[in-house]
Amino acid sequence: MDDRFVLGGVEFGSRLILGTGGASSLQSLEQALLAGGTELVTVALRRVDPNTPAGLLDVLERCGVRLLPNTAGCYTAADAVRTAHLARDAFDTDWIKLEVIGDERTLLPDAVELLRAAERLVDDGFTVLPYTTDDPVLARRLADLGCAAVMPAGAPIGSGLGISNPHHIQLIREAVRCPVILDAGIGTASDAARAMELGCDAVLLASAVTRAADPVAMSTAMRHAVIAGRLASQAGRIPVRRHALASTPAEGLPTW
Amino acid sequence: MITVVVNDTPRPTRRGETVADLLAVLDVPSRGVAVAVNGEVVRRADWPAHRLLDGDRVEVLTAAQGG
Repeated sequence: MDDRFVLGGVEFGSRLILGTGGASSLQSLEQALLAGGTELVTVALRRVDPNTPAGLLDVLERCGVRLLPNTAGCYTAADAVRTAHLARDAFDTDWIKLEVIGDERTLLPDAVELLRAAERLVDDGFTVLPYTTDDPVLARRLADLGCAAVMPAGAPIGSGLGISNPHHIQLIREAVRCPVILDAGIGTASDAARAMELGCDAVLLASAVTRAADPVAMSTAMRHAVIAGRLASQAGRIPVRRHALASTPAEGLPTW
Repeated sequence: MITVVVNDTPRPTRRGETVADLLAVLDVPSRGVAVAVNGEVVRRADWPAHRLLDGDRVEVLTAAQGG
């Protein structure tokens, strides 16, 4: 079955995108990334701190993954655009996970600032992957601007609540032609499988793995969940019925 | 001497020092570094030529876990 995942003109073998936030150590992170089989990994940009252990980029290079810098922590379009340009200079990539946060408590996107930043960054030649709400109209607006994908939240970042509004995720899948990546809210493997069954092209998660008691086991679970969910979404599931439909034929049943 | 503010910390600096000079004396990683001066990105190619002025606010950023 030809089931390629092409994002921003690049083909990926894995539909699991992992974030690096929350890992207790670089060693733990490296093991989790390898277990998940991911090929695309997010990084943030923060002030140089002599007390922070160096080597994150070495780990990512050893894992052979492509970098996806983010604009985490930005609350305005101007801040996000500036951060994206800094990331481009630091990491030699035009790819940017665009986050423009509107609310400290939910960390949900600010739709107005997000659209502004996306428009500007697309114009500046970036491959823009916006973290967005599960609003199908906003997703379409982002896709129409030329974003390389839309990445709706299943639930607030780090909440582990899963997918609050599966119907909207399906509507987003129908509303845009670009890849849809479920980003944020995933708590466990069944959430990731569900996202894929809803028609998402990939899943992006961090905390569910990095903050799990056993990150390697959870990353392995996510790897399988994404594969299982994708296969199921393509396999033509049976319709849901209110009553039973026997799988064993009634013909040939003896009479007594 | 002039004073530039690096990541919110005032730092006495020789007059005429460039961004590249500053990075050479700071403990920064060898790659994955980006610099902004007064909110404007200073691209890597411009580090050797970009002279710092008294009161400049310099942000020196690098890769961190996140997202």
